[in-house]
Amino acid sequence: MSPLESLRVALAALTDNKLRSVLTLLGMVIGVGAVISVMSIGRGSSAAITEQIESIGSNLIFVRAAASFQGGVRGAQGSAATLTLDDAQALADSVLTPDVLAVAPEISTFSQARAGRENVNTRIIGVTPEYEQVRNFQVAEGRFITAQDVAARRLVAVVGSSVSETLFGGLSPVGQTVTINQRPFRIVGLLEEMGGTGLAIQDDVIVAPITTVQARLVRQRTAAGRDRVQTITVQVTDNDRLEQAKFQVSEVLRERHQIIDQDDFTLTSQEDIIQARTDVNNVLTIFLGSIAAISLLVGGIGIMNIMLVSVTERTHEIGIRKAVGAKRRDILYQFLAEATLLSFGGGAIGVGGGWGVSRLLERLTISGQQVETLVQADIAFLALGVSVAIGLFFGIYPAIRAARLDPIEALRR
Amino acid sequence: MESNSESPLIQVEGLEKVYRLGSVDVPALRGVDISIRQGEMVAIMGPSGSGKSTLMNILGCLDRPTSGRYLLGGADVGAMNDNELAEIRRGRVGFVFQTFNLLTRMTAQENVELPLLYSGRDRRSERALEALERVGLGERARHRPTELSGGEQQRVAIARALVNQPSLILADEPTGNLDSKVGQEIMSIFGELNQNEGITVILVTHDADISAAARRVIGLRDGLVVRDEMQDGAER
Ligand SMILES: Nc1ncnc2c1ncn2[C@@H]1O[C@H](COP(=O)(O)OP(=O)(O)OP(=O)(O)O)[C@@H](O)[C@H]1O
Ligand SMILES: [Mg+2]
Repeated sequence: MSPLESLRVALAALTDNKLRSVLTLLGMVIGVGAVISVMSIGRGSSAAITEQIESIGSNLIFVRAAASFQGGVRGAQGSAATLTLDDAQALADSVLTPDVLAVAPEISTFSQARAGRENVNTRIIGVTPEYEQVRNFQVAEGRFITAQDVAARRLVAVVGSSVSETLFGGLSPVGQTVTINQRPFRIVGLLEEMGGTGLAIQDDVIVAPITTVQARLVRQRTAAGRDRVQTITVQVTDNDRLEQAKFQVSEVLRERHQIIDQDDFTLTSQEDIIQARTDVNNVLTIFLGSIAAISLLVGGIGIMNIMLVSVTERTHEIGIRKAVGAKRRDILYQFLAEATLLSFGGGAIGVGGGWGVSRLLERLTISGQQVETLVQADIAFLALGVSVAIGLFFGIYPAIRAARLDPIEALRR
Repeated sequence: MESNSESPLIQVEGLEKVYRLGSVDVPALRGVDISIRQGEMVAIMGPSGSGKSTLMNILGCLDRPTSGRYLLGGADVGAMNDNELAEIRRGRVGFVFQTFNLLTRMTAQENVELPLLYSGRDRRSERALEALERVGLGERARHRPTELSGGEQQRVAIARALVNQPSLILADEPTGNLDSKVGQEIMSIFGELNQNEGITVILVTHDADISAAARRVIGLRDGLVVRDEMQDGAER
């Protein structure tokens, strides 16, 4: 008997007992559906993380100070004051660092900003003109911080869209004044709305010349008495040159800081951040997916249970089939085909159901963050493959029991 | 199955079957010797419990003897494995049961197709219809067993036994569940198959009238052949 005929016979047997078949399917539907929805959330949030981090620019390396180490107490990463504007300038030297395209030092702080009767607590970032290109900032109105602003420590500012909204409502902020730390800053530009969440929340910001922020807002000095820079964002010419650029940056900074053994700075590429955050995400997804997979196991056991009942109920039928010439193999395939059809059918419906559930989940927002989901073909096919495997695994024992029945014994039932 | 008049179709020597019930051995056949030629029509008779069904099951390759030899068309059935026995059942032997043994969820035609499914023949529905027509049930092909009378069900079972064109048909009390008039009709089908198509027919019956259709009668008692004679009176 051909495999196709086994399937046909199996299908006929399953439709003879529709309700039971449907109930057995349900176990697989729920299991596969759960796995698919969990995986879709995992994949979706990984994709969202990647997109989020890539939205802050491309081919970036973040140079930060290492942890401070005073009196045996290690501070947080970046807490040491070691980086300066001169470091940033050196990194921009195309002879020393040929694979660096642009360099954007920054220092930031949180402060109260006031305009008229409105006020807002927001992040103030001190930047140089390069920041605009390196970090993908778009100016909607007016202009960005210029080299002259930085050189003259001008009290000028570019505001993010949400800050502008809070302080000035729908009116244009350009030309207005915002007071930060009792200093009046003239607003010269308005940033394009960028959206984004978490790391990339870039609308709630005020940008000012780095020298102004250093002088007026964050008075932090290095050991040598220089004004401190928190982060230097280095843009690499090409993604393929990332490692070379990292090496060049390290060499320049070691030279400048006269490092002998322990670096006083750290380099983190955008990819490192994506990697770290998707790793956490993946661990969580696999954990939740495994829990969902347990329900697959339950579905498989349900199939085995029904198949065993079915073999007992249909012993006489098996006897008849054997009497007219069915071999063990024919009976084995028939029952295996029934179990596999159940598991595969349940799996297929489960994939569809899981996809539907993930579409519904996308309408949800959890703590202000929209749920991102992604159902990919590989997961769907994997789920179908696993379904077939479950049918074969849990169907083989009942099928062997059916195949081994003695024809005369079976006919007596 | 090729067999000339010299070598018998069925040759059974010293056939024994012992059923084991717990620790008790129940001997059902105790050394049966039978030889049947191609084209014969044989009735097996004997009291209840004499071993008729046991013998038929072994002849039909549904069961194996405990000891003794069974040659079918010269081939030693005793040495065959389960698959080889199934091959014989699906092609060379047709079996008809007292209780019909039809699958109730299927139509008459589907029941008759069943052996073709396993023997892998083509034109299954055509062959099944032909077989049903041969037993006079052509227009009942789409009925289910529950919609057929006992006699009609047994005809379906005969069609099923015929469909693979076997050279041997075994029938264990085929009329046992039918009234005598219908039983006569079924018997005449077997008679025709034997006479017109040369199919060897071996059937078990309690009914002396039924056995009259057969030319040869074998009597069993307590697992032994106690009588083996041609109906015209000649002892063999
Ligand atoms: N599966 C079995 N297990 C144990 N004993 C059995 C089994 N099948 C048959 N027997 C015994 O073997 C003997 C022969 O049984 P068999 O069914 O061959 O008789 P029979 O001639 O067909 O009888 P009947 O006319 O009632 O059908 C009986 O004593 C019966 O009890
Ligand atoms: Mg009997």
